[in-house]
Amino acid sequence: MTGQTLYDKLWNAHEVSKRDDGSSLIYIDRHLLHEVTSPQAFEGLELADRKPWRLSANIASPDHNVPTVTRERAEGVSGIKDEVSRLQVVTLDDNCAKFDIAEFTINDSRQGILHVVGPEQGLVLPGMTVVCGDSHTATHGALGCLAHGIGTSEVEHVLATQCLVAKKMKNMQIRVNGELGAGVTPKDVVLAIIAKIGTAGGTGYAVEFAGKVFEDMSMEGRMTVCNMAIEAGARVGMVAVDDTTIDYVKGRPYAPTSEQWAQAEEYWRTLYSDSDAVFDTVIELDGSQIAPQVSWGTSPEMVVDVTETVPTPDKASDAAQKEGWERAYTYMGLTAGQKITDIKLDRIFIGSCTNSRIEDLRDAAAVIKGRKVADNIKEAIVVAGSGQVKLQAEAEGLDKLFTEAGFEWREPGCSMCLAMNADKLEPKEHCASTSNRNFEGRQGNGGRTHLVSPAMAAAAALAGHFVDVRDF
Amino acid sequence: MQAYTTQTGLVCPLDRSNVDTDQIIPKQFLKSIKRTGFGVNLFDDWRYLDEGFPGQDHSSRPINPDFVLNSPRYQGATILLARKNFGCGSSREHAPWALSEYGFRTVIAPSFADIFYNNCFKNGMLPIVLSEEIVDKLMKAALAIEGYTLTADLERQVVITPDGEEFGFDVDAFRKHCLLNGLDDIGLTLQHSDAIKDYEAQMRQKTPWIFNDVRA
Ligand code: SF4
Repeated sequence: MTGQTLYDKLWNAHEVSKRDDGSSLIYIDRHLLHEVTSPQAFEGLELADRKPWRLSANIASPDHNVPTVTRERAEGVSGIKDEVSRLQVVTLDDNCAKFDIAEFTINDSRQGILHVVGPEQGLVLPGMTVVCGDSHTATHGALGCLAHGIGTSEVEHVLATQCLVAKKMKNMQIRVNGELGAGVTPKDVVLAIIAKIGTAGGTGYAVEFAGKVFEDMSMEGRMTVCNMAIEAGARVGMVAVDDTTIDYVKGRPYAPTSEQWAQAEEYWRTLYSDSDAVFDTVIELDGSQIAPQVSWGTSPEMVVDVTETVPTPDKASDAAQKEGWERAYTYMGLTAGQKITDIKLDRIFIGSCTNSRIEDLRDAAAVIKGRKVADNIKEAIVVAGSGQVKLQAEAEGLDKLFTEAGFEWREPGCSMCLAMNADKLEPKEHCASTSNRNFEGRQGNGGRTHLVSPAMAAAAALAGHFVDVRDF
Repeated sequence: MQAYTTQTGLVCPLDRSNVDTDQIIPKQFLKSIKRTGFGVNLFDDWRYLDEGFPGQDHSSRPINPDFVLNSPRYQGATILLARKNFGCGSSREHAPWALSEYGFRTVIAPSFADIFYNNCFKNGMLPIVLSEEIVDKLMKAALAIEGYTLTADLERQVVITPDGEEFGFDVDAFRKHCLLNGLDDIGLTLQHSDAIKDYEAQMRQKTPWIFNDVRA
C-alpha cells in the first residue's frame, strides 16, 4: 500500500460513513460562525424545530459589519450606523444566546476576524476539520487542519448534524524550495504561486504547501499562504504539522493541557504526508527567485514583481487573457507597459484575515520607523485582526509608531477588505491593500485595489507610490 | 421539512412565460436576515403600484387590481399555474421561500429553470412539468371556471382535474422519496444519527480534546 497524503489522513480520520453515490459523511470538529451567513441557517434550525448537534463545536464572533472607528466602536452594537448591518450583528448575538453558542461579542477583547481568532485562541487545533460560512476558512489549514468555506444551507446542515456531505478532492502539492530573500514575505510567496498557476489552477484540489520555504516559515506566515489558497481556486490549503505548529499551539487559551496535551501532541505529530504518498499534481517554485509582488489588475493572478511593468497585451497567453487584461487596464486606470513603481496611491489598508496578525503589524512597523506617510495619501489605516492582536501591538508600542507616521489605528474587524462596514474606497482611488481580493468594486464601488505584503504597503504609504521595499 | 403527498387546491393562473426570480422576489428584499417574511413581497413589482422596500407597512400600499394574485376569486390559491421557463434568473433561494410562505406548495409549468427547480424540492415544494398543450388547457379552465381546483398526487405522479381526468408527470425517484417523507438534506443525514454517535463515541477516546467545552 502506498503512503497517505496529509489530506488523505485527515479525510479518513473524519469519514463517518460512505454513501452509494460516492459521497461521504464527514464529521466537523470546529464550526466558526459570523453574522453575515448564519441568520437564515439559525432560522432554518428553528423552523424545523432542531437543536445544534454539539454545542461545544461552535464559536461565533461578529467581524464583517463591525465599525473600526474607536468612537463608534465604544458604543458597542448601537454604534453601527447602518441599520441592516446592525441588525445582522444583533441577530448573531440573539441566536448565540438562544442556542447557547459561545460568542466573542463586538467589544470582547477576543473578538476579531474568525480566521485570526480561531488559531489565536487555540479553538482551532491541528488535525481538526474546520468549517465557516466564508471562503477564507482555508487559513486554518496552516495548522494541519482540513478547513474550507461553506454556504448558508451547509451552515445549517453542520449546526444540525455536525457533518457535511462531501466528495473527496484530488491531492496537489506545491513545493517552494530554497530560501526567501530579505524583504520577501509569505504574502509574496502566495501571490507568486497564484501568478504561476492562475486563479483556477487549484480547482478540485486539496493543496498541501511543502518545501524548505514552508518548513522555515512561521505559523502566521503559513496562515497567510493557506488563506489565499482559495484565490488559486483550491478550497483547501494545508501545511504539515511540525515543531513550529506544536510550539504555536502550546499554551493557547483553549488548547488541551497536561495528559490531554500529551495525547494530542502524539497524534498531531502523525499529521504529514508519508514520504511515499502520491500526489495527483506537484508544482515547484524556487523561493530564492521570488521578489516582492504587486497585483496590477482585477484578479489575484494579475500580479508582477515590483521591479516590473504592467504587462503589455502581446504577453498574454491567449485571446481570453488579453481581453481580461484590456478590461483590467481600463478599470484600474493603468497603461500597459507602465512601471509598477509609478502607480500613485490614495489609500493604504493594512489588515484582513490575510495580513492582520502581530507579525504582519511588526513587519509594517519596522518599515515606517520614524518616517511619515506621504502627502498624497488621503488615508492610511491599520486594522488589527483581533482584539488580542491589537492589545499585543499596543504593548509593543506599534500603535505609536503607526500613528506618529500618520496612520490611523483602528478597532479589529474585516474593515476595508470587503467594505461591508463604513471603510470604503471612493471610485478610481488606488489602494495598496494587504487583503486577498482585488475584484472590481471589492473595496468600494469603482475602487482600485493592489494586493501587497504589509511591508510593501507600509513602504508605499511613505513614498506615496509603490517602491521596492528591499531598497527602502 | 414538511412532507408532500397529495394536495388539492385552488389554482391561480399566472399566464406568463419566463417569470424570473427578480420578479418572484425583487433584489431589495434579499438584505433580510430571515428565511421568512418574503411572502408579502412575492411578485412585489406586479402586486403593488408603488415601489417596495424592506420593512415598510404593506397594509397601506396601493394594490394593482389587474394582477391575478389580487383578484378576489384567487384568494387562498395553493397551486400556481404558469407558462414556460418559470423561475429563471438568479439562484436565490428566496424565490421558493416567498412562494411557499405566500401559500403555494405546487407550481405547474411546461418548464422550469434548473436552479429554481432544485430549490423547490429543498423547501418542501413540488414543481410539476406538464406539456404546453396540457398547461394551456388547464390555464383556460382556471381562467373560465371560478373556484377551479386541481389535485396533485405525488405518490402516483398524476395531476387530477375536477372531472377526474389525469395527467402523469415525471419526478426523480430520490427527490420523490425525500419529498414524500419530508426529508431535506439535513433530515437525510439525521437518518445516520447512530453512525454519527458511534463515530463520536470512538473519537472521544482517540481525540478527547475535540470535545472540550468552549462555552467557558
Ligand atoms: S477579512 Fe476579508 S476575506 Fe477575511 S473574512 Fe473578512 S471579509 Fe472575508
